[in-house]
Amino acid sequence: MSAVKVFVPCDSASLAAGADDVVASLLSECAKRGLAIDLVRNGSRGLFWLEPLVEVSTALGRVAYGPVTSDDVAPLLEAGLLTGGAHALRQGITEQIPFLALQERLTFRRMGITDPLSLADYETHDGWQGLKRAVGMSSTDLLHEVTHSGLRGRGGAAFPAGIKWKTVAGTAAGQKYVVCNADEGDSGTYSDRMTMEGDPYMLIEGMAIAAMTVGATQGYIYIRSEYPHAVATMTRAIKLATAAGFLGDRVLGSEHAFHLEVRKAAGSYVCGEETAMLESLEGKRGIVRAKPPLPAIEGLFGQPTVINNVITFASVPVILARGAQFYRDYGMGRSHGTLPFQLAGNVKQGGLVEKAFGLTLRELLYGFGGGTRSGRPIKAVQVGGPLGAYVPEAQWDVPLDYEAYAAIGAVLGHGGIVVHDDTADMASLARYAMEFCAIESCGKCTPCRIGSTRGVEVIDRITGGANRATTPGRSQGELPPMGKGAPKGDRGGQQWEQVVLLRDLCETMVGGSLCAMGSMTPLPVLSALDHYPEDFGLTSDDRQAA
Amino acid sequence: MPEQLDTLIQQHRNQAGGLMPLLHAVQAAYGCVSPEAVEPIAKGFNLSRAEVHGVISYYHHFRSTPPGRTVVQVCQAESCKACGSDGLMAEVEQRLGIKAHETRADGAVSLEPVYCLGLCAQSPAMQVNERMYARVTPERLAAVLSAVEVAA
Ligand SMILES: Cc1cc2nc3c(=O)[nH]c(=O)nc-3n(C[C@H](O)[C@H](O)[C@H](O)COP(=O)(O)O)c2cc1C
Ligand code: SF4
Ligand code: FES
Repeated sequence: MSAVKVFVPCDSASLAAGADDVVASLLSECAKRGLAIDLVRNGSRGLFWLEPLVEVSTALGRVAYGPVTSDDVAPLLEAGLLTGGAHALRQGITEQIPFLALQERLTFRRMGITDPLSLADYETHDGWQGLKRAVGMSSTDLLHEVTHSGLRGRGGAAFPAGIKWKTVAGTAAGQKYVVCNADEGDSGTYSDRMTMEGDPYMLIEGMAIAAMTVGATQGYIYIRSEYPHAVATMTRAIKLATAAGFLGDRVLGSEHAFHLEVRKAAGSYVCGEETAMLESLEGKRGIVRAKPPLPAIEGLFGQPTVINNVITFASVPVILARGAQFYRDYGMGRSHGTLPFQLAGNVKQGGLVEKAFGLTLRELLYGFGGGTRSGRPIKAVQVGGPLGAYVPEAQWDVPLDYEAYAAIGAVLGHGGIVVHDDTADMASLARYAMEFCAIESCGKCTPCRIGSTRGVEVIDRITGGANRATTPGRSQGELPPMGKGAPKGDRGGQQWEQVVLLRDLCETMVGGSLCAMGSMTPLPVLSALDHYPEDFGLTSDDRQAA
Repeated sequence: MPEQLDTLIQQHRNQAGGLMPLLHAVQAAYGCVSPEAVEPIAKGFNLSRAEVHGVISYYHHFRSTPPGRTVVQVCQAESCKACGSDGLMAEVEQRLGIKAHETRADGAVSLEPVYCLGLCAQSPAMQVNERMYARVTPERLAAVLSAVEVAA
């Protein structure tokens, strides 16, 4: 009898939930019982509330158990884990778990199924098909394919990938580069991390196709230092892919050379901005460059450079393998394809949901997320990272589509969704947004560098300091005693003035900042102020007045 | 020791944009990039000392003094905030007897805020040396800290 295949993920989120302890226990308990298992360390499926998720290969398919702790292993084995036996932690056939079954996994279709570093697994599950097709295509045809797919950058700005690539392809230069932005600094986002840890060859394949399209021979993946597992997995994957001929002097035996290298960042949020990232890759302080020149014309070391996000590159293999039209048919409006939405924060079922654009936040929050983990009502949802707006319930039925979100003054960004329950204090979150900007500003523009610090102070003056009670709906007359930092005197008038000042400051930041750090920080701040004025100690009369 | 530094400099000086990889290598070898290392690095890379210092001080990750033997990092970004990381930080501060950004006098432990570990679907999250922990409830915190024997 052959050994039973058992899967326990090895991505950092599963490890952080105790996956290694589960493996140790599984191996020793099986040895004790003389049970033969063939243990596979797969990537995570992205159902993080169930991690560590242990799967067992059965005649019916893979059966899932989770969340499993090391203490659960012995009782699970007693209950017949290896044959898919009944147990309180049994989640059924993995593919049929509604959270997963209802998704449209194009980019993430291998995620959690394969051993991330197994070249054989990758190949068996449709790997390299895009690259194989690309090798036989001209640059023009490749550009047409990527452009026609409608793929837009997934890193935040949503710029069409095909147009960017065309610019680079059209320049004459001895050396061109392909750079992957894996800085993923946004709170609530982890799809880049999952890709690098769970399906690294997909990123390599996408970057190799980009290199072929534009004529680049050298690539870099700039990975944040907070992701040591991603750095390790990517580095190893590049080595293995190079040895197997998918990278190197002759990619798949063709005339195309493409070499790839991992570069570790050093804990600066603004280095996720593409020009700051280039400075950092060149060994300098990561300070934002003024554009033009566009990096596509003068990028890394002054050469034409394609810069895309991890998910942008990772979406390319499926586009080439299945054709542009196949991908384009997903989504709505000008938002084609799928986005890996990342549910985070106070949510019951946190995890990755890949769906075509056009579903609503409400569907994600309740259909997939199952509401809050605390069981309390959802109050605010920050979509699109720390520079994204707080979206109130009135807007949860707006379709998730770049244009529809822009129309309500919000952004999709990198697809991060952070849920806050009704205990959240929106004034303190607005203050934090300003504080974060002050900590992370690259220092080049005054409104961003100084304005953010002033922003913190103004918010403190509006709220009357840190010790304020957070009773919603109170009127000015009932304001709690003023905390430190709040001037004495006519409190109502003073507060109103400070609100005007805050708006004015935000306007200056929007208008006077070189990059989105300074120009978008007002988004979380003003959305909090607009939609939750009572958290700032304001009544709706104040809102109208201000 | 300086010999090793010199070897590292030689390894990276001809690498395109090699300063960042070098600084990572130096910090991995010595625990920090000390002020004494700046001069030889500057020389090796044909830069001014001010330029090298400018790079080191710009990035949160690089240190010019060695950290405590154990580094405890607590995520303070939005997703973790939504799950009580402010309270978690306060609890960790109390247990370790130091505030965020401080190193304990006995050199045993440093406490630092961190802005997202990519574990946001299981917030709040923290890291102790190389190991990450997710869904850190107050009950789990004791186990996390006692495992590294740094709790005061
Ligand atoms: C402050 C700031 C931080 C950013 N951080 C990231 C990041 O972590 N990852 C990313 O892909 N893009 C980030 N971006 C967007 C990049 O500048 C750039 O638009 C993107 O990498 C281009 O790739 P794409 O077209 O594939 O999205 C950031 C932008 C700003 C202004
Ligand atoms: S807006 Fe802020 S982060 Fe962006 S370039 Fe200006 S100072 Fe730097
Ligand atoms: S916000 Fe704390 S891990 Fe992402």
